[in-house]
Amino acid sequence: MSNPPTAEMFAGEQLKLSAFYPRAKVLNVRNAWASWNGYKFANYYYEPEYEYFCIRNQCATYDICAMQKYSIRGPDAETMLNRMVTRDITKFGSDRVGYTVWCTDAGRLIDDGTIFKFADDNYMLTCGAPMTAWLAKSAFGFDVEVKDITDELAGLSLQGPTSCAVLKKMGLAGIETAKPFDIRYFDFHGDRLMVSRTGFTGDLGYELWIDPALGVELWDDLYAAGADYGIQPFGEEATNMARLEAAFIMPGMEFNEALQTVHFEHDQTPFELDLGWLVDFKKPHFSGRQALLEEHRRGPKYTLTKLDIEGNRPAEDAHIYANKRCTKEVGYVTSAMWSPAVKANIALAMIRTEAIDGPLWAEIYYDKELRQYSRVARCTRKTKPFWTPARARATPPADY
Amino acid sequence: MSSVDSIIVGAGHNGLVCAAYLAQKGQRVIVLEAADEVGGLAGGREFHPGFRASIAHSISHFSTKIAAELKLASHGYTVTGESTPLIGLAAGRDPVIINGRDITGVGNDDRTAYAAYVDELEHYAKALAPAWTEIIPRIGSQRFSEVMTFAKIGLRLRRLGKQAMAEFLRVASLPARDLVDERFDDDLLKALLCWDGLIGSRMAPRSPNSAVLAMLYRMSEGNAGQHQIAAGGTSALVNALRAAAEAAGAEIRTGCSVENITIAGDTDGLSATGVRLRDGESLAADNVISAVDSKRTFLNLVGVQYLDIEFSNRIRRIRTDGLVGKLHLALDSLPEFRGVDAPNGRFIIADTMDAIEFAFDDSKYGRPSTDPVIECVIPSLNDPQAAPDGKHVLSAHVMYVPYRHKDGWSESTRTEIQNAAINAIERVAPKLRDSIVHAEFLTPADIESQYGATGGHWHHGEFAMDQMLMMRPTYGAAQYSTPIPGLFLASAGSHPGGDLVGAAGHNAAQAVLR
Amino acid sequence: MSRYDAIIIGAGHNGLTNAAYLAKAGLKVVVLEKNDYIGGAAVSREMEPGWIYSSCSYVCSMMRQAIHRDLDLARHGLILVPYLGTVNFGDGDERLFAYHDEDAADLELRRHSPHDADAMHRFQSDLTRYSQLIRKTLMRTPPDPTSFRLRDVREFIYLAKQFWSLGEQEVYEYIRFFTMSAAEYLDDYFENELIKGAMASPGIIGTALGVYSPGSAYILLHHVMGDVDGSIGAWGLARGGMGAISHSIASALQEFGGEIRTNAPVDKIRVQNGKSTGVVLENGDELDAAIVVSNLDAKRTFTQVMDKGDLPDGIYERAKNFKIRGSSGKVNIALSGLPKFTGVPDNPYLNRGGQGFTGSLETMERAYDCWKRGRWSDDPFIESVIPSVWDPTVAPAGKHWMSNFVQYCPPELADGPWTPEKRDAFGKTVIDKIERYSPGFSDLIVHMEVRTPHEIENEVGLTEGNIFQGELTIDQLFFNRPFPGYGQYRMPVKNLYMCGSSTHPGGGVSAVCGANAAREILLDLRRPNTVPEDDFYDE
Repeated sequence: MSNPPTAEMFAGEQLKLSAFYPRAKVLNVRNAWASWNGYKFANYYYEPEYEYFCIRNQCATYDICAMQKYSIRGPDAETMLNRMVTRDITKFGSDRVGYTVWCTDAGRLIDDGTIFKFADDNYMLTCGAPMTAWLAKSAFGFDVEVKDITDELAGLSLQGPTSCAVLKKMGLAGIETAKPFDIRYFDFHGDRLMVSRTGFTGDLGYELWIDPALGVELWDDLYAAGADYGIQPFGEEATNMARLEAAFIMPGMEFNEALQTVHFEHDQTPFELDLGWLVDFKKPHFSGRQALLEEHRRGPKYTLTKLDIEGNRPAEDAHIYANKRCTKEVGYVTSAMWSPAVKANIALAMIRTEAIDGPLWAEIYYDKELRQYSRVARCTRKTKPFWTPARARATPPADY
Repeated sequence: MSSVDSIIVGAGHNGLVCAAYLAQKGQRVIVLEAADEVGGLAGGREFHPGFRASIAHSISHFSTKIAAELKLASHGYTVTGESTPLIGLAAGRDPVIINGRDITGVGNDDRTAYAAYVDELEHYAKALAPAWTEIIPRIGSQRFSEVMTFAKIGLRLRRLGKQAMAEFLRVASLPARDLVDERFDDDLLKALLCWDGLIGSRMAPRSPNSAVLAMLYRMSEGNAGQHQIAAGGTSALVNALRAAAEAAGAEIRTGCSVENITIAGDTDGLSATGVRLRDGESLAADNVISAVDSKRTFLNLVGVQYLDIEFSNRIRRIRTDGLVGKLHLALDSLPEFRGVDAPNGRFIIADTMDAIEFAFDDSKYGRPSTDPVIECVIPSLNDPQAAPDGKHVLSAHVMYVPYRHKDGWSESTRTEIQNAAINAIERVAPKLRDSIVHAEFLTPADIESQYGATGGHWHHGEFAMDQMLMMRPTYGAAQYSTPIPGLFLASAGSHPGGDLVGAAGHNAAQAVLR
Repeated sequence: MSRYDAIIIGAGHNGLTNAAYLAKAGLKVVVLEKNDYIGGAAVSREMEPGWIYSSCSYVCSMMRQAIHRDLDLARHGLILVPYLGTVNFGDGDERLFAYHDEDAADLELRRHSPHDADAMHRFQSDLTRYSQLIRKTLMRTPPDPTSFRLRDVREFIYLAKQFWSLGEQEVYEYIRFFTMSAAEYLDDYFENELIKGAMASPGIIGTALGVYSPGSAYILLHHVMGDVDGSIGAWGLARGGMGAISHSIASALQEFGGEIRTNAPVDKIRVQNGKSTGVVLENGDELDAAIVVSNLDAKRTFTQVMDKGDLPDGIYERAKNFKIRGSSGKVNIALSGLPKFTGVPDNPYLNRGGQGFTGSLETMERAYDCWKRGRWSDDPFIESVIPSVWDPTVAPAGKHWMSNFVQYCPPELADGPWTPEKRDAFGKTVIDKIERYSPGFSDLIVHMEVRTPHEIENEVGLTEGNIFQGELTIDQLFFNRPFPGYGQYRMPVKNLYMCGSSTHPGGGVSAVCGANAAREILLDLRRPNTVPEDDFYDE
């Protein structure tokens, strides 16, 4: 290659750019980019902790264009989805969103995601990873059209205590009446803006869905309205902090997608992930029901447990023991951090179910100026998420 | 709506066997058959006024155990004890005729080798035979008796002797071509011996893994694997099975098409409760036993909404595309096969293994061969009802005719293969054309639409290593019970597989009664 | 007349490995090689001044790291470099680029089929699972299924445990995978013909099967179960050519005191009183040894260098029936410059790896149909690599060396024996196909070596030119390899062993056959084992 390199040489390898990229590019002062589902995606924009506090204290936006979105329409749409997921979606109202999971025949978790119900024959499924092949398998035998609309629908999440106020200021009249998991529609530059009261931070928040062609307009309107409310983009790192405080599970952390798991039972079940409430056995059939029922009767091998750990050293990758001498290993930490909101050393851990009520100790490794230390810290099991602000559920929400 | 113990969908021979066993045990059984006659692919059917034929035209290894237990002799089915000679025909040479352990038309070395070959294969076949008429448990079974099923198969093989067992483990997966190439010189003989490893499957002489097992399966009743044509043809067997089932108290309704199997669902899950007929009537039963192929059972009669996702996709992926066409000729005189005295035989028209292989190659790309390889018999010699006095029927399996034709099946593509097949037969039976009163050619697609077998596949799914034993039709439904309580399988799509054997029906009855 | 503890016939990489481990245990060993160079099919020679040809094998992924590490091959000059960026060519203008980077690979697959891009994740996980299981069996001697000896029973229990660790469902899936055709197996996952073609090609390499033949899925696995530094399915190049592998093992062997004699073709393995006692060379020299180890293929061992009368009944026939079918040819080319391929971006990464002229499944299957009819494929499947892009030692700067592995090419032609003219016509078929995708390609050719199965057999000694020393079908795998009852490296004549790819686990530059055979020999001699275990790699 004697010619100087040009971008065209690598055109096929470039990550896709989201509808908000023209604005995000400028605001990503640190050039802290990563990738998600083939999209260029911000790890953070300015400084992760600052972005985190914007979520908790003001409001902040998170680019979810890379979230996989599938339109599922047709006479059998409801039957097909209802057989695929563990919840009974016939109980969902129109223009409502439901969080759910779906499993293999063996009851192992493939992914979690949200189902947007528009009508009995019209749904949208969103999830973190591509699901095309599984949806094709799930749709086989049904009169239903499954379409990947990821690139046709831009998504921007607005999270934080002032988010409702910002949307009101932007002119979304009546948004304050939207209850959690409600969907509302608004006219926007001659097109339709869909707003769902959903999010992944455990706080008050909304997700805004728009034609990608209007992405920049949406961003600009939102940021104009939010200027006085401290609006700021946030990236993956702040998301991960917020979701851990809310005890939400994350793929690659709490669970390994079953369809991509190499080792036997290195994936998880909904019961192991403490998501038993999503499994509706009143439904006569759904994929994996028999296996899950057997597991439910037996009890899960592991249970995802919320831990408050003494001291301040995050228990990342720590093993959990039933005794202080660390001879009886009963589990491992999946996510851990110092929680800025509740000022506690929090963690999610997979712990053998028979041990969750007993004493739990984490063996934590950490360094001080390169020198390695370890300590054994007592863990206290929590039954509620670490951070559960009332505003997240209040309707109408307060302005701040 | 009155409830019976068991409803059996489909009165093919497996459905009838299953019905007879269940009725013998005192169950109230109803068999529902969409066609006007019972027997499915083995049942006779008029294809031209006065001329009858069935898809299956010979019986290789119908279980003698089942025949005895169901007292088929008293219902009119008798094994004559006489086998139909297997005759290899090729233009320009003498035929190879195999009659039991006798063989003519080949050299002395091959004759000696043949005796040793039959001994060796029958030895293996005998060790495997019990496994065909028992339920093969799940690999993960914890039940002692089920674990012992595997141990018993292993021990039976070990009892062959150390060397024979070791040799069996090699031979079992050989392509048919290598098996016979190792032992014989005569090309026509080799083609002839390959035949029963291949017919009905998507395999050619060079295809590894399953052909020898198919041969051994077909040899499981001994008799050197030779087929029989019973007096009265395959209809005789079917009629006897019907009589046995009815004598035991089973009710058989023909012309009674099942729209779907009714599944009830509540908080306890699903269960099969009966069937709904095409005319709208509903019938209730404790057990619904489907003796139609597994794909049709799950995908059409049950519906995927009642199945797990991976399971239904495994069902979808069962290889069911048939590859055998059927030629029926109504003849006004008995055909004369060159070099053969008596036309009572099973004639294989394939000069060499390459001829079979190359015919197969065409089918891979969606076309039947212009030089098809063929098996034919004259059923009217044994079955007076097959044709009017003095007239005859020629029944031929034509390999390899794809289920999906690249250009689509039409009158012209069908005529093309029909002519190619008649030409091929005429090369060894001159003047055949002059005696043809009527010809009918059924592609696998025709067999599917007329008999309901998905893909027109004889065996309701390839008889291949990945679709055998505890994986037939697929794991999760291989022990005749299904993920839906109350629903059972009893067709050739289940273990042990196709051909007129009755084992699937027998094993299914055992599973129902368990 | 000199006396050795062990004579190893054939200085291929397995023979050298076997000798190295025996020498390491203190045995006096000699490796006899008919050619004036060592390496067998892992060989590199200067066929054109300035160009080092790896005439036979050309890439490597199965070389066991346990052996690499144990024989300290790095110190003996071996370094394996993974290569990236293969391009698969469709029948027409379609191109499939293989990227190492996950995002780029995913985007590329999505370009062809979003469904397949998604399905690929599952496919890779499944293949990884199967590979990990198979790899556990590689450096172990297969148990005898008919034996009740403690050792065999234990080994079966070990295997059952490994199987069981997959979970019940995966055991079934494994059986399916093991017995299906590559095409049917891939149909479970993919819908795009180009992707299926690209993924299916390892299922036919080196074998006389087609992509639609049952059993080809396993062969696919056999080719991807290797790894470079734990990355499953990655392929590596040996710096200096494949001969560098043989030379590094030879160097280790010599350091242990072993001897290598080239130009020493063996005429016969001498058998006295049912025991092998040494060999007779073609020049009449006799060498005595307590043990003779044949690194030749099973057919050659028993039908060429042994007397039928020295063998127990039936062994000669077994060897004669041993399936060792030549199906591939090789066209090695010295190029004056780097060829450019149409439809491939002009970037330095996509032009560094290999080229797979795979087309569709049908194209590959039709190529097989030609072989069945005793012809070379008119539209062959070609797997090409240009190692000189990575390795500055194999061609002058700015010039290149290209290896083209071609299927199918029969050992015997329907229209009579191979002649130099037919060989050249075969070569031209290959060049013409490459030219279709790289106009002007033939103008770059400086020198070319065309090898049909005929040449491969004559030069390397592989019967029929079969690169695996025997087909990899179930009847010739594991305890059936090479023959039932002889799956543990000991042959029917006492003191005679085999250590080549005709034994478990089969073909590929893995060095495993040689190492496993050494372990069995040392066991019989009651010597301490020098062969490493292969379970250090946690995966």
